[in-house]
Amino acid sequence: MNNALPKLWSLPGGIHPPENKSQSLNGPIRMAALPPQLTVPVTQPDYATPQLCVQVGDRVHKGQALVRAAQSSGLLAHAPAAGVVSAIAGYPVPNASGLPELCVVIDTDPTDTRWAKLKALDYPGAGIDTLIERIADAGISGLGGAGFPTQLKLHSALQQVDTLVLNAAECEPFITADTALLCERAAEVVTGCMILLQITVAARCLIGIEDNKPQAIAALQQHCSDARLQVVVIPARYPSGAENQLIHILTGKEIPSGTLAVHSGILCHNVGTAYAIARAVVHGEQLLSRITTVSGAALREPANYEVLTGTPVAALLQHSGVDHTQLSRLLCGGPLMGIELPHAQLPVTKTTNCVVATTEAELPSPPPAQACIRCGLCVDVCPVQLLPQQLYWFARSKEYTKAQAHNLQDCIECGACAYVCPSHIPLVQYYRNAKAGIREQSDKHQRADYAKQRFEVHQQRVALVQAQNDQRRAERAAAVKAQPAAAAGTSAQDAITAALARVQAKKAAQSIDAGKQDDSK
Amino acid sequence: MNNAAPTSSPHSHQGHSVSQLMLHVLLACVPGTAALVFFFGFGVLFNLVSLVLMALLSEAAVLRLRRRAVMPALRDLSATVTAVLLALALPPTAPWWLGLIAIFFAIVVGKQLYGGLGYNPFNPAMVGYVVVLISFPVQMTRWLLPQGATDALPGFSEAVTIFFDGELLQGIDAFTGATALDSFRQQQGAQLVSEFRQSSPVMGQWSGLGWEWINVGFLFGGLYLLYKRIIRWHIPATVLLTLGLLALLFHDGGSSASHGSPLMHLFGGATMLGAFFIATDPVTAATTPRGQLVYGALIGIVIYVIRAFGNYPDGVAFAVLLANFAAPLIDTCTQPRTFGHAK
Repeated sequence: MNNALPKLWSLPGGIHPPENKSQSLNGPIRMAALPPQLTVPVTQPDYATPQLCVQVGDRVHKGQALVRAAQSSGLLAHAPAAGVVSAIAGYPVPNASGLPELCVVIDTDPTDTRWAKLKALDYPGAGIDTLIERIADAGISGLGGAGFPTQLKLHSALQQVDTLVLNAAECEPFITADTALLCERAAEVVTGCMILLQITVAARCLIGIEDNKPQAIAALQQHCSDARLQVVVIPARYPSGAENQLIHILTGKEIPSGTLAVHSGILCHNVGTAYAIARAVVHGEQLLSRITTVSGAALREPANYEVLTGTPVAALLQHSGVDHTQLSRLLCGGPLMGIELPHAQLPVTKTTNCVVATTEAELPSPPPAQACIRCGLCVDVCPVQLLPQQLYWFARSKEYTKAQAHNLQDCIECGACAYVCPSHIPLVQYYRNAKAGIREQSDKHQRADYAKQRFEVHQQRVALVQAQNDQRRAERAAAVKAQPAAAAGTSAQDAITAALARVQAKKAAQSIDAGKQDDSK
Repeated sequence: MNNAAPTSSPHSHQGHSVSQLMLHVLLACVPGTAALVFFFGFGVLFNLVSLVLMALLSEAAVLRLRRRAVMPALRDLSATVTAVLLALALPPTAPWWLGLIAIFFAIVVGKQLYGGLGYNPFNPAMVGYVVVLISFPVQMTRWLLPQGATDALPGFSEAVTIFFDGELLQGIDAFTGATALDSFRQQQGAQLVSEFRQSSPVMGQWSGLGWEWINVGFLFGGLYLLYKRIIRWHIPATVLLTLGLLALLFHDGGSSASHGSPLMHLFGGATMLGAFFIATDPVTAATTPRGQLVYGALIGIVIYVIRAFGNYPDGVAFAVLLANFAAPLIDTCTQPRTFGHAK
């Protein structure tokens, strides 16, 4: 382990919201009980159609794949527990759009606890392709939030990166899933790191963690014996855990707008993902569960749970002793970037890192928005150094060109601006709407361009066909003109000769007749 | 669980509100106001009370006409702040109708006709001030002699008479005179600065008598606002820096051609009130960090140019309004470099 204090770069802006982390760190990670029903989303990246390999009524065992991988770009989903498939349909899941996603519903069988694991790999000896294949087979996706299939991220990073960044910052209030994981299972997180280093052949791995997690830091440092690993303690400030922000703090590099970190030679993964990789490689376990923080003032016992994917949020709230009379809002994720859940029947997915059951006193409902007074508090806290107050005007008046000129697309929607806004303007909502508007507009432009291109090609084709027809017609006309003349010429000649012959014959006949007549006369 | 439509992130808030910001601004006005009352008497208080009342009434009236909710707008305290800043700028001998006209142009024309809080391009208090300054130069430049220059500030009843009809009071000229900045301008070329300071009853230790302490009061208030992060340092720092540097440049060693020392300019007239309270009005100022430096510098330059070479004794109001004009352009030209974009 490298003990030298590394140089840190500072994040522009940022905020210090109340952490609210201690309440869920009172005890060890609990195992959530097996619910009677699991609703497992089988959503594919880019919303490709999943190729299901189970049907309603099928009996599935724990660890059985529910979908076939669509080439290498798909994301496998496995049955988190044994049971019978009772439905395959669209169900609401925690997502920003609120649109239902295709889920496989399993009526669980608590008597069948066998787990059909994959074969354990001897990882230091395994090749890069074998390791990546294993990660794909285990259905691992980024557990930090975006849920991108891990094998795809690794494929794009092959031979590209020199630095691996492991994100343990966990900067958002309430969420302690990664902290709890590190406190109890740091050894396997480090193993996951070593596997990632082996795959990427990166020269070093920086593990970024905020200084408000001393236990997790100690646990990590205890296990980081490899010289390539470096635990970097960074000052707690939201949003230091956002990928590009963390990379900047640790390396000083700014990921150019519109590019990915891999293009700058950096690969960033969440610690939960590293843990899942270690379990998949060393123990052959598919990703069937994750650690989810269940917190908020409406709960008697906030805690971290190891939860099977597909477990309804309501079951977790029940375990933590929810007081429904106090519950005002249910959030998935933290209070700054999380989404509000419509009800508690939604399932926990691979990306559900936290559920906050909050009360009106803890997180009051926003008062009506007032006019923007351009105080600039939002400018001070924006980690991307945008001008949120200007973007607000542009978004409001749908001046998308100006919004783009002010780099709206670089907004990471961290919510720091709205957090400090004295007028309580839901700024992020405006930005999301404007981004959607810009997307729609560019789609429309693309469609218009495409239609225009098609029209132009069509015009060209029509003109070409016309020209060909014209030419053909002209040729035919010329041919027709030349031919009848020739044909007429020959036939006329024939006719003339024939007529002449007839005339001569007639004349001859007449002269003979005349001669006869003369003779008779 | 409430059944309202799901809210968008973020779901938590720091808890600040516009009215809290405004309340801090009002609090920060206290030391400067106290000094103003001490040196110029009851007239200041009459202005304050009457302008605040008139501002609230006129704002409520326009909001009713515009069919907007009245109470939320009054509760945000922005009209109160405008009225207080305007009252502090008016002379303590201002009759009631002067304040009424000023408030009308500040609140009704300068603010509400443009769409209310957040939509006004010009600082409402300065719009009101400039309208009456140009329209009623006599009343607007008739200041009382400060406590110390005269033993007889108008008492309560005399102040009441002045407030309701200034012209009726016999011998009002005994109380009034030009301000320090004004008399300094008038004498220019006649005396050395040091001689003038000793001979003039309105000159104090380093600036105008009384004015220097009023400015110290507003400076303290401004530092409080900076400490509370209600305002940023960019605008006040550059206003004071440019004004001080220009004054230093043309100080001319205190000769008779001098335009006054940096201290006289920094602690004279409306400098501190303008730099910390008026130029920093967020709605009408530039908002980008670099833009605020340009904006502040522009105000500092115009204040000095008007004081030294113009026809008005003080230039804060004109400087702020001119800079308001430039603010949108300044903002456009000083967009900060976004993270991840080329340097």
